[in-house]
Amino acid sequence: MVDGRILKDRAAGGVMRILTITAVLVVVVMAAGLVIKSMPLLESRPLGGLLFSSEWKPLRGEFGFLPFLAGTLWVTAIAIILALPVSLLTAIYLTEYAKPRVRKYVFPMLDILAGLPSVIYGVWGVLLIVPFTGYTLLAGGIVLGVMILPLLVSLLVEIFSTVPDALSEASTSLGATRWQGIKRVVLRKTFPGIVASVVLAVSRALGETIAVLMVCGNLPRVPQSLTDAGYPLPALIANNYGEMLSLPLYEAALMFAALILFTVILLFNVTSRVILYRVEKKFAL
Amino acid sequence: MKFLEEKIVKALMYLSTALVAAWVVSILWTILSKGWGSMSWEMVSQLPGGGFYIGKEGGFLNAIVGSLYIVGASAVLGLLVSVPVVFYLNVYLRRSSKLGYAARLACDVLFGIPSIVYGAFGFALMVALGMRASLGGGIVVVTLLIIPIFIRSMDEAARGFPREILDTAYSLGATRLQTIGVVLRQIAPGIATATLLSIGRAIGDAAGVMFTAGYTDSIPTSLSQPAATLPLAVFFQLSSPIAEVQNRAYAAAAVLTLIVLVLSVGGRLIMNRFSKNKLQ
Repeated sequence: MVDGRILKDRAAGGVMRILTITAVLVVVVMAAGLVIKSMPLLESRPLGGLLFSSEWKPLRGEFGFLPFLAGTLWVTAIAIILALPVSLLTAIYLTEYAKPRVRKYVFPMLDILAGLPSVIYGVWGVLLIVPFTGYTLLAGGIVLGVMILPLLVSLLVEIFSTVPDALSEASTSLGATRWQGIKRVVLRKTFPGIVASVVLAVSRALGETIAVLMVCGNLPRVPQSLTDAGYPLPALIANNYGEMLSLPLYEAALMFAALILFTVILLFNVTSRVILYRVEKKFAL
Repeated sequence: MKFLEEKIVKALMYLSTALVAAWVVSILWTILSKGWGSMSWEMVSQLPGGGFYIGKEGGFLNAIVGSLYIVGASAVLGLLVSVPVVFYLNVYLRRSSKLGYAARLACDVLFGIPSIVYGAFGFALMVALGMRASLGGGIVVVTLLIIPIFIRSMDEAARGFPREILDTAYSLGATRLQTIGVVLRQIAPGIATATLLSIGRAIGDAAGVMFTAGYTDSIPTSLSQPAATLPLAVFFQLSSPIAEVQNRAYAAAAVLTLIVLVLSVGGRLIMNRFSKNKLQ
């Protein structure tokens, strides 16, 4: 006869296993839902035409996503170019140079920056950045750059602190300066991790919605320069979803926009997370 | 030469770190000073009156209450789902378990999926089920949004949990399920911090609730009514051309920022305070 306690233990285990598996399945269900909803558009138009045409005229049934893809790429690129050097230097400083007292003040600041809602960054952008840049891609890129900074710094700090001290000590003992040690040992050792962190930050930037929507200008044209207005994909969804859904294929088109975002971000996230897990394991003693 | 390089790089590092600090101060200062200037008691204690959107009387209590409803309900739901999952991952499964790896990866990935995708997906689902934008819909989407954060941050706390304690419990004849009391007590500060983190994320999220919870001038009295939220109150009112309405957006932004700040500082305090008493 089986003890009641053991029965309970097994039953609870079963329930919790189902919950855990459900968490994994959410990803699959989401993908399936988005594909099904964008099917009407995908069946009636060639994929290449959708992605590389710049004609966005829903009223006439023309759905070219190029303006939005270009807008997304521009703001993301600006954000990374601005945020990467600053976060690399800050992360190196925090892990290799800073005294504990400095860290005690800087880490909570990064926490605050990371925790501020997107809409607050948007208000800040409108008040402080837009007066200089106008509602342009540049404004979107700057705001996004500040937004992804805390994520990037905390990922990089985590990676750098996995490098055993013995490695940089060895290089110091051979007469290298601290920076030489960092450049030739730490950065080289953690290179895959750095790339993975950047990819994660890129995917965060790709999906940022409200802040970008507030400062980018939102014109569905392919932007020619930094000072043009742009219309990134998430802003397209946020601005139009829920309206005009009676137009044929319009809902499918917006769902397709969500599907593009989902697919790219999923791929980026899975690869970079797997790399990061490996990096953590490699140095874990 | 190499010493010169060292000096230059070091200067650049100081500069970067100072820049980060300057950004934090600039954002907080801009939002809080602008918001404080336009804040009044009326704004946080009243519902929008007639002519609210052309700058007449009223406040954004509807958005404050709506946000609290959504965040409170989804925090409770999120806890109910994620505590068992974290317990299962850390007590039932081995460290090398494939399911554990897949679940952790899935949560990390879900954490990366933008909330606008959750919002669009959730809305499509609601339409398919014949629901309209409502408090209930918003709660479900926000819950989905914060579960991965819940699971991953509690999981980090549970990883530091000493296995010996489990062995002690087993040796006394406890089943795995019966160790739950011990485990929960040990990772309680982790749970509290995770909760505050998730609430902070949930209350600031605009894209997820945009279509699913909708917007309304009244306080919802049932799950099927639409609900206003603070981030959307900021967003909608800021896009108005009328100065009074914009001022209310700044005030709402300041309220939102204060709430998030309190949550973030609170989370850090709990972590520092209680993790010291942990058994090592």
